[in-house]
Parts: sequence; structure tokens; C-alpha cells
Amino acid sequence: MKRVLTGNYAAAYGATAAKVNVVAAYPITPQTTIVEILSEIVANGELNAEFIKVESEHSALAACIGAQSAGARTYTATSSQGLALMHELIHWTARARLPIVMTNVNRALGPGWSIWADATDSVSQRDTGWMQVYCENNQEVYDTTLMAYKISEHADILLPTLVNLDAFFLSHTSQVVDMIDQDRVDAFLPTYAPEYKLDIDNPRSFGSLTSPDHYYEFSYKMHKAHEAAKQIIPEVHAQFAKEFGREYGMTESYRCDDAEYLLVTYGTIAGTTMDAVDRMRDKGIKAGALKIRYFRPFPSEEVRSILKNAIKVGVIDRMISFGHEGAFFTETKAAMYGETVPLYGFIAGLGGRDVSIKDIESMVDKMQAEDPSNLIWIGVKE
Amino acid sequence: MSAETKKVRLTLPENEVMSPGHLACQGCGASMAMRYALKALGRKTILSVPACCWAVIDGPFPYSAVGVPLQQSAFEAAAATASGITNALKSLGKDDITTLAWAGDGGTFDIGLQALSGAVERNENMIYVVYDNEAYMNTGIQRSSSTPHGAWTTTTPVKHYRKGQKKNIMEIIVAHHIPYCATANIAYPEDFIKKLQKAKSIKGAKFIHLFAPCPTGWKHGPDKTVKIARLATETNTFPIYEVENGVYKINKKIKNVKPVAEYLRAQGRFRHLPEDELEYIQSMVNKSYKRLEKLEAAFGESA
Repeated sequence: MKRVLTGNYAAAYGATAAKVNVVAAYPITPQTTIVEILSEIVANGELNAEFIKVESEHSALAACIGAQSAGARTYTATSSQGLALMHELIHWTARARLPIVMTNVNRALGPGWSIWADATDSVSQRDTGWMQVYCENNQEVYDTTLMAYKISEHADILLPTLVNLDAFFLSHTSQVVDMIDQDRVDAFLPTYAPEYKLDIDNPRSFGSLTSPDHYYEFSYKMHKAHEAAKQIIPEVHAQFAKEFGREYGMTESYRCDDAEYLLVTYGTIAGTTMDAVDRMRDKGIKAGALKIRYFRPFPSEEVRSILKNAIKVGVIDRMISFGHEGAFFTETKAAMYGETVPLYGFIAGLGGRDVSIKDIESMVDKMQAEDPSNLIWIGVKE
Repeated sequence: MSAETKKVRLTLPENEVMSPGHLACQGCGASMAMRYALKALGRKTILSVPACCWAVIDGPFPYSAVGVPLQQSAFEAAAATASGITNALKSLGKDDITTLAWAGDGGTFDIGLQALSGAVERNENMIYVVYDNEAYMNTGIQRSSSTPHGAWTTTTPVKHYRKGQKKNIMEIIVAHHIPYCATANIAYPEDFIKKLQKAKSIKGAKFIHLFAPCPTGWKHGPDKTVKIARLATETNTFPIYEVENGVYKINKKIKNVKPVAEYLRAQGRFRHLPEDELEYIQSMVNKSYKRLEKLEAAFGESA
């Protein structure tokens, strides 16, 4: 069934289709409409779930942890400051190997107060053990939410997923979303049946004091699960494509095959970049775009194989790791270790600053210059 | 042994859920507390335990002493984690399992107060027990907002001992209008068990403020735990009462109230206190107890 949905509603309907048992969430701009619509959906019985109206994001994730441990499929959503407040439990969720799915509406952190798009919030959760996906449009938000449960709950993975969408550009923008019939979703995503849970017939303590004899291996196994995810995610994508006809990858290539100037990016900037690529192609510049969907696990081999034949590569980040560069730039460079293609980092759109097709075209201009610097800020008002 | 066999009536349930192989210090009030609690609630119980002594007492991975499922949680998250557990059970149709949040005074009075307030305000179907040993004992005896006036801790050294009364957590939770709040004391296990069983029978949020001495932190012999705990109630320092649907009831009215000095002088943590401080503490205890009596008179069964 096709409906016109905002990105936030697409996320909420994705969680609804996943038939989550427990929702715990706290409102924050621009995530708020997810909480509102889910309150409606639960209240009118469209979703048979308990909605815990917690007093903070920290408690939202704590409640999801408790519920998921007790055998429930859970969902939460947040943004920016809320994600930062959860940080302690973001680590906890992954280390507890709980396949919780959370929507994060990418928003800048204060001060000054900014409610607009910026990926600093989610990138700051990089080393927690969560898988992270970045969406470009509302259909992708809906589909990715559904697939995230299947991927996270896979017995060889058991890691949580953070599904990211840009503030306002997606969260509050309406697009046509093809929603999947419930019986077909149910066939794709069966009822959550964890092997380990809080069970009075088989009592266990979860999260106990752990000596160096075990902690090290717990971490090793988490990493192995991320590596396994690199194999399993494409399998789930393939199954999804077979069932529902929409194709996804850990990355998405656009006119990359013969591209000389390749631009790597994520989120809504990816859509703009693809439009810019078309314009540049019209002008005879062999440009291409690589959208990164999965930031964790990072598809290094895939990125490398796509980028290695380019003449120059630029990476556009809507965040800055102060004192260094954009995080996706760092990862891309690491993936390209040993290759000779020069790479350039572009910082753009921080705090929701618009990134136009012209801005993207200017990046290729800058890369074509004789001696460009490695990190280039786009549109800074000096 | 006389020919006539003496009959002893057991006043505690015989069942043992918790096993003895735990990591508590000798004479730990909190370990006795858990044993009683699980006697009262049985095996159909799921525990939510934040960072506190009990996060360690249960034993290191892969061991566990409690005999029921236990979910460890972050320091400030016991009540929120328990909220998740109880809602999951409800959603999955498991209505015969008790969710028990079990936290120390630090995780309740201080860092966990927000999550606790949220959970009880939502009237989550759970029992929350704070085992109060009046300081951060797991980290090695630092003051909390439950540390009483006059006490030594490592962050309130004798030259700068704790000034000011401990937080009245009961009144804070009572103000959330939940169905059941009670105090209890490990020296009176029958009363504690009865209260847990009552709490189990009530739907919604239940809160028990449990007095549980810590020999290590209070500087008394491990054999004195129960005696000192009893003195706290016998001196009216820690009165035993409950508030059920807003109705106050003092469950133990002490006939011959002992002087507070007897309680204080039994513990090393108050050893440095001069006489005038003992008098001040006595006056504070009198005042607090009088206040409680007035509450019972105003909002008790006969009111």
C-alpha cells in the first residue's frame, strides 16, 4: 500500500510492521512525531505493544534493555542530545548483545541550540558496537527499519542497529512510501524468539562482574559478529529484494563504473550528489557517487573495490571530528590504504546548512585544482 | 537435652532460593536481605540490579547466587530496566512473575532517583527495594544523601564528618501516590517478608525502604549486624511503618525507646562525635518520629 509519509512516520510504521512488543521513548525535536504517531498506533490497537512513556532517553534505552532481555522485541527513537544522554546504555545494549533497533534523527548538538541536520550525534557512538545505517529517503527508512530487526536478531550477529535519517530533510519531509502487507512482513520477519533471555525456568545472571579472563573474549566475539554481519547483511538485502523488489547494499554506487571523480557521502547529501553527478556528466565530467549506507560494520573491501580506479576521490561529511577531519573521510582513507588514488575530505552542511548541487560541483572543481588541501570546508563565511 | 522435646515454630518460610556461595562481606545486611526477599517472593521473580554491592555479591560470570534471573543494569537505571522487564512480561502475557528492582541507597537516593521517580509515577507493576546501608559501600564507603548526620565516611572524614539529615526517601516516594510504600529492617525479617508478600499481591508500583547495616562501612563487628539494625528501630532512628494507598501505619511501636546514643556508640563511624552532637541527633530523631506520629494521626486508619 502506497502512502505519503514523512521520514519519521516511515520509521514508526517500520517499527509497527516489525510488531515490536515494547516501545520506550522520550520526545525530542525533530524525533517527536515518531513518539506521537506510535502513541496513536499503540492506543488504537494497530500495534499490540506496551508503550513506556519514560522520563528521559537514558531510561528509554534502559527500559528497552530490560524488555529485550525479558524476551520482547523493542523499539526506541531519539536524536542528538537524547542520543548523547543514552551513551552509557548504547554501550550497554551492544555489550549485552541485545538486537534493539533505534531510529536516530541526525541533529546537531548544542550549544548553540540547533535542531538541524548533522551527523555528529550518531558518529559519536561509533565505538559502541552498534551497527549504523544512514538513509537517503523515506522508503529507505521504512525498509531499513524492517531489515534492521532481521539483521540484528540473526543468531550470528545479535547486535543492535541505529537507523539514521537527517533532521527535517527526511524527518519532516513527505514522500511516497510503499508499505508492505503485514502477512508478507510476518513471513520475512518471524516472531522474536531469543535463545537467551530472563527465564525463571532457566535462571541466569546477565551482565555480571567479568574478569580479564572473559571480558577480552566478549569483545572479540562482538567484533566477530560485526564481521559476520558483513556477510549476512547482503543476504538479507537479497532476500528483501526478492520478496519486495527493492534493492539495497551496504553501499550504493551511482555512475561509478567509469567515473574519474568519485564523491563518497551518506544520508540526504547522497541524493543531491547523484543529481550533481548527472549535471557534471552532462558537462562531460566523468563524475560518480558512492553512498555509504553502513557505517558500522564499515564495508571497507566494497568501498575500496569501487574507488580504486578513480582519478580522485572526495568524501563529504556532515560532521567534523574536531582536530582531525570528517569521520567517513577517515574510514574511507583507511579502506584505501595501499592504493594510490588521492583522497580529499569535504566538510559541508553542519548544523543543517543547505548543501546544494552547486556546492557539490564546486567540490569536483576543487579536486581538479593542481594542489588541493586535504580537508576543504565548503561555504564557510570567513 | 530434656526428655520433653521443645517445639520451635519457624517464623520464616523454609524455602531457600538464594545459595550460600556469594561474595558478600561477613555480616553483610544486604545479603541477609536478599535471602529473605527471595524466601518471600519465590522463584517466579526477575531481578533488576544496578551498580551496587549486589552487582558483585551475586558472583562473577558465569556464577550466580540468587537462583532467579538477574539483569544487571547501569547505576542509575534499576527502575527503568525493571520497567522494561515488567512491560515485556505484560506484553508476552506472563502475569505470574514478579519484577523486583533491587538497589542500594546510592542508586536510589542519588543517581537513580530520576528513573525511580519516573517508574513509580507511571505506577509500573514492580517491587522496588532499596537496601539502605547509608553510603556508597561498593566503591568503599563514600557518603550518599542517605548518610546520616555525624557519620564518618571516606569522603566525610572525621574532621569534616557528614552534616545534615539523610534524605527522607519514603516521603519522596509517598508523594508519587503509589499503592504501597513501606520501611523494613533486616532485624525484623518476618515483617519484611510479610510486606514483600503484601507488595506482591498489589498491582502497580511498590516501594520498600529496607535498613541493612554494613559492618565494613559502619565499623562494627560482623556479629553485630542484627543487633545494630534492631537498635536503629528500638531508638526510633529507623521506624518501621507503611503507607498503603496514602494511609499511614506505624507497624512497630517501641514501648521502651532506647537512647540514640546506644545505637550510635555501637558503631565506629560515629566514634568521633562529641556529646553535644549525640544530643542534637537525639533531638532530630525525636522530631522526625513525632512527625511520623502526626502523619499517622492525620492519615492513619483511624483518621
